[in-house]
Amino acid sequence: MKIVKLPSGKLLEFLSHLGSFGEVHAPQKKGKKSFSFLPVSDLSKVVLSGDDYTRTILPLKKYFHKPVDTLLKFSPEKGFEDAFEDEGKKILFGVHSCDINAILSLDRVFSGKYVDTYYFRRRKEVAIIGMSCIPDDLCYCHSMGTSFVEEGFDLFLSDVGDGYLVKVGSSLGDDMVSSAEELFSSCSEEDIAEYKKRINEFPGLFKTKVDEADLPAILDMEYKSEIWEEMGNKCFNCGICSMVCPTCFCFDVNDEVCLDGETGERKRCWDSCLFKSHAMVAGGHNFRAERADRFKHRFLHKHQAFMGDFGRPSCVGCGRCTQDCPADIHFVGMIKKIKGDISCIHGEDIEK
Amino acid sequence: MIHLAQKALLNNPYLPQQCRIVAATPQTDDTMLFKVRLEDDALAEAFDHKPGQFVQVSVMGTGECPISIASSPTRHGTVDLCIRKAGRVTDAFHSLGQNALFGMRGPYGNGYPVEVMEGNNLIIIAGGIGMAPLRSLLHYAMDHRKRFNEVILMYGARDKEDLLFKGELLSLMDRADIKTFLAVENDVDGSWEGEKGFVTDLFGKFHINPDETYAAICGPPVMYKFVIDKLLEKGFSKGRILMSLERKMKCGIGKCVHCSVGFKYTCIDGPIFTYWDVINMKEII
Repeated sequence: MKIVKLPSGKLLEFLSHLGSFGEVHAPQKKGKKSFSFLPVSDLSKVVLSGDDYTRTILPLKKYFHKPVDTLLKFSPEKGFEDAFEDEGKKILFGVHSCDINAILSLDRVFSGKYVDTYYFRRRKEVAIIGMSCIPDDLCYCHSMGTSFVEEGFDLFLSDVGDGYLVKVGSSLGDDMVSSAEELFSSCSEEDIAEYKKRINEFPGLFKTKVDEADLPAILDMEYKSEIWEEMGNKCFNCGICSMVCPTCFCFDVNDEVCLDGETGERKRCWDSCLFKSHAMVAGGHNFRAERADRFKHRFLHKHQAFMGDFGRPSCVGCGRCTQDCPADIHFVGMIKKIKGDISCIHGEDIEK
Repeated sequence: MIHLAQKALLNNPYLPQQCRIVAATPQTDDTMLFKVRLEDDALAEAFDHKPGQFVQVSVMGTGECPISIASSPTRHGTVDLCIRKAGRVTDAFHSLGQNALFGMRGPYGNGYPVEVMEGNNLIIIAGGIGMAPLRSLLHYAMDHRKRFNEVILMYGARDKEDLLFKGELLSLMDRADIKTFLAVENDVDGSWEGEKGFVTDLFGKFHINPDETYAAICGPPVMYKFVIDKLLEKGFSKGRILMSLERKMKCGIGKCVHCSVGFKYTCIDGPIFTYWDVINMKEII
């Protein structure tokens, strides 16, 4: 892999240079302590490191699997037609490894025998420039094996103090570097030593730790555990964990009719398996009628079903669900509880 | 990123094709059998499916729902959909009327593993509306009669008015090469000439070697339990008991997760599961 160095002082200059490759989106301050990926109009608003920026409110799925997406338009004359609108090329700058791994997980879900054309038509227009980060109390990506990336980026910037080592992951990434060649230098032995030092120290920075080994089998054994009832009573079924989860992808599909009563659009929107209607069929029978059933379903889909389908859990350890849960459910605490694993460290041991 | 050919991106799996209702025959007071054909002749001729598969039916402005195919691929050109008024989309479908256009995409699902089942005996066990998907398998077996040894149909309903395809199935009773047992639970006016009682009562009517037989079941959840107990009692292995499951579906192609059971999706891993699959999947019935 081609690796070059970008000095810290040149970072924003490189970012502004990328406009020629598409619309640049980067994390920006939204509320007091919240961040969001937004189009960059003012470089001074971009927050790439420090300032407590660890995770954005919504993950990057919003770019490919939109919260509300118009799939089709229909009319009695023309029947159903594809309503996809090309929004042009985008560059997402400053994406953390957990979020890149989450996109790779969605790539697997939306490909396969049936290719989700809406997802992939957007996906191929988006370049990803990743960036190393410092974990906060809620991060546990290292436990989930998603604290590093081997693929899924065009460029990946790793902080080495006075600059960034830039991994070039695609030919588009190489074009980006080549077009601003004067900003980059080759990396020195000191840079490599610093990079290795940081990589080796990295696991020690995590305050939340979990071991998923054998969890699918334990979930089978504990299928009837009282824990689910207890968690079902605690959980509000609000679905916020699904909305902010970078790997949750459930959707609902509905037709919206125009005032003429004939033409309209078929739209899909984010859904959550915690919602009561999720498994309810015509006639009113609900296959997951109880809150405990739905809480368990979501947990098992992430940590057991994905193991069967893709060989790894879908959770990437970004910490968004725990951060945003209004019922104060700590999802790593949940794993600890079900596994009875005291080596697991989570939010009740450290201040949330 | 997963690299996909341009062709894969142009082939939109969510786009329904225009389809026309060719004929509609009432079955019960809330169920109709619709014969439909894709408007595009080339697509209509190319449409192929396996018994047990389903399609996603669209009523413009109301939405989409999964409907199992009630006809066999051996009877080409049109597709039979037996639809009970059960919710928004099926209600709207019933009010479309003869010759109306609607949207259809598919076929989806795994279907019955007919290539594995051929060379064996076949028992079809249906309850109520469950006869709809099994009719595709029944017609398939009738049209490829030599590929199966014994073919037995057991079909039960609450009242004789609830039996689907009544004329067609009653006429089967005259055929020597298919054993047909039709049972109703209630016979209020005493006019029913077939069997009386539950579908499980019919097991005493014949003997069959369970090691050379596949049993295909579809019916209300309560029926599965009793039928499966009977089959196991008769010595059927769990892998020879095939069940067709129903779930809420939005996409039909394994993306929206509404139909998930345990770590399987009913739409792409099913809707046909063996009893062995089922006991390894939680919350299934």
